[in-house]
Amino acid sequence: MALTGIQIFKLLPKTNCKKCGFPTCLAFAMKLAQGGVELSACPDVSEEAKKTLGEASAPPIRTFDLGTGEKAVKIGGETVMFRHEKKFINPCALALNVKDSLSDEELAEKASEVASSEIDRVGQKLRVDAISVEYASGDAARYEAAARLVAEKAPEAAIILNCKDVSAAEAAVKAVAGRKPLLYGADDANAEAMAGIAKAHGVPLVACAQGPEALSVLTEKIKGLGVEDIVLDSGAKTAKEIIEHNTQIRRSALKKNFKPLGYPVINSVLRDDPLFEASIASVAIAKYASIVILGSIEKWKNLALFTLRQNLYTDPQVPMQVEQKIYEIGEPGPDSPFMITTNFSLTYFIVSGEIENSRVPARLAVMDCEGLSVLTAWAAGKFTAAKIAQFIKESGVENQISNKELILPGQVAILSGALEDKLEGWKITVGPREANAIPTFLKNRA
Amino acid sequence: MSYVIPKESYTGKVLSFDFGKDDRAVTVGGENTLPFLSFEGQQPNKPVIACEIQDCPPDDWPDTVKDAYRDVSGDTVAWARHCQDVLNAKAVALRLLSTHPDRDDRSAEDAAKTVRDVLAAVDVPLVILGSNHIEKDSTVLVAAAEAASGYNCIIGKAQEGNYKTIVAAALAHNHKLIAMSELDINLAKQLNILITQMGFSKEKLITDPMCSALGYGLEYTYSVMERIRLAALAQNDPTMQPPILGDVGMYVWKIKETVAPEADVPEWGALRERGIAWEAITAIAMLLAGTNLLIMRHPAAIETVEKTIGELV
Repeated sequence: MALTGIQIFKLLPKTNCKKCGFPTCLAFAMKLAQGGVELSACPDVSEEAKKTLGEASAPPIRTFDLGTGEKAVKIGGETVMFRHEKKFINPCALALNVKDSLSDEELAEKASEVASSEIDRVGQKLRVDAISVEYASGDAARYEAAARLVAEKAPEAAIILNCKDVSAAEAAVKAVAGRKPLLYGADDANAEAMAGIAKAHGVPLVACAQGPEALSVLTEKIKGLGVEDIVLDSGAKTAKEIIEHNTQIRRSALKKNFKPLGYPVINSVLRDDPLFEASIASVAIAKYASIVILGSIEKWKNLALFTLRQNLYTDPQVPMQVEQKIYEIGEPGPDSPFMITTNFSLTYFIVSGEIENSRVPARLAVMDCEGLSVLTAWAAGKFTAAKIAQFIKESGVENQISNKELILPGQVAILSGALEDKLEGWKITVGPREANAIPTFLKNRA
Repeated sequence: MSYVIPKESYTGKVLSFDFGKDDRAVTVGGENTLPFLSFEGQQPNKPVIACEIQDCPPDDWPDTVKDAYRDVSGDTVAWARHCQDVLNAKAVALRLLSTHPDRDDRSAEDAAKTVRDVLAAVDVPLVILGSNHIEKDSTVLVAAAEAASGYNCIIGKAQEGNYKTIVAAALAHNHKLIAMSELDINLAKQLNILITQMGFSKEKLITDPMCSALGYGLEYTYSVMERIRLAALAQNDPTMQPPILGDVGMYVWKIKETVAPEADVPEWGALRERGIAWEAITAIAMLLAGTNLLIMRHPAAIETVEKTIGELV
């Protein structure tokens, strides 16, 4: 269990020496309890306090990098069961599974598919993060060659070495050691040898067991052998096992502070039908996986899974924003209606959805109000006549439309007079107060 | 330190009701755990998918989903039969879209006739939806409720602006009722309270906290649903215990990702698969957040979600 500020305070020197940068030991303790500062900032802390606090202040789920370089992804580090409580922190990595028994051409093609999977969605670059090489050939030399080839053809992707054979695994780890591959993995039978390889090459290791209980025994053993960066495979195959094991693992780590399960989780969701596989992958993404292994990465499937991951990992406390610009809905001509709203994403989705429903092509100016909705932005002084006028003038929309008429949200009808003064030559029309009245409003104008 | 399965025990339970008649009746809700956690509770009734049809041709649906019903969608009764007999739908959701003043503005009497025709043609349980026009729905759904008297349907949606007449009609003709609010747990709670204060049993209600499509506010619906479920189970809040509805199809089959051809956005891949995956994944996210009844459109998406439910229970 995490300690409270007061519990931490009791373990500190209580000298208020200020060397930590805080005015008092109590202030330091409070910040420490929130995780906003490291214990090492206190130069006078006792060994006993270090030990007690070190254990208590370690995050409940370990965080480390999968892969190396700019495109390495952080996994683990989650702090809540539900995204409305705080925020899901490190979006789960998606990995493509390839067998080493494929031909070199096929392997190269699949690796290139991973390497070129990146797409842009609402300003974020999203991609398949990793490639998992499965040991299926039974030939250690082939496995090593396949690992090398894949690493070369997908130069920025994280590498997962899915191999339980110790000698094949060791050769492959050595071959791509510079990429810090995830070794997948250790089970009851090979744990000592696999832990030895992981430790020698400084790579993370997957612990594989049937169910959370057996897994917790195995991770303790592996940790005892000196490996700290561990990933959990509970043997979950069906959607039911995925949601149940992953829930039990996360709850154990967060609610019981049960360290043997305080690690990120890997799920394999391989299915013959890519659509069904996408469905099972969605269960894993929503329910606590940190790495999901897929059998195929069609573009349509990537887009859908990237979007789900992006949606669920947004911060519920920070309003989601859309880009400030003039959005074209349908195919507006010069005389199509021109409307304005703010850039709170939900406002944008609802307003643009209702314009779509009207089937009247239109332009929608979305103004940056730091993600506030219309009325809130107006109340906060971010959606004012002066700012709207400036945005409209600078947008260049005047060159695209024949009829200078701006439709204002009904909630801010009060702005229409001031806007007419500030936007010379424009007609300001007050639109509906609620978005669901937009279709009727637009149709009645047409 | 040894492992103990971390179980939560909840004091509350999701209410359940059945809709439809005789051996085709279907039950939704009734779980005393968060979705699909069988290690700590029971979920006696699997989530149900109602296949959506409407009372006018689906001209505004994208081709992917329009094509799936090309031979039957010109005739509402044939369309309903197709869902029951060919697609083996467990329930059908009939949207009386043509009554909307901006569509054909058809009368409540016309809508009542459509309801009677569909009920005469199929045995599966029926969800009867208005056109989502506040004023018009309050007359259309009253006529529809009367036309479906004795068939134990789900009717809706009752919203803040029109719930009184619709609740009265559902009460008089013994139907279940959808209470819909817009993405806010407090509004959902308030509407359920207002409806039960009219003497309508909370055991006949289903909450629609408003759906949203993957990529278009899905996370808001997801979190509102999760919070409603937690309020029902952990806080034992009776106003939050009705089952949850996810009206998925209408939100999915209009957004760009289900409409834009691959030629325009090559990086998005095949349009047909993209649209179907979009509906299936939106639906699965809703199920994981607590939805008991889904309304969906594409047969392939419905089939995939059914298969996924099969793996989840």
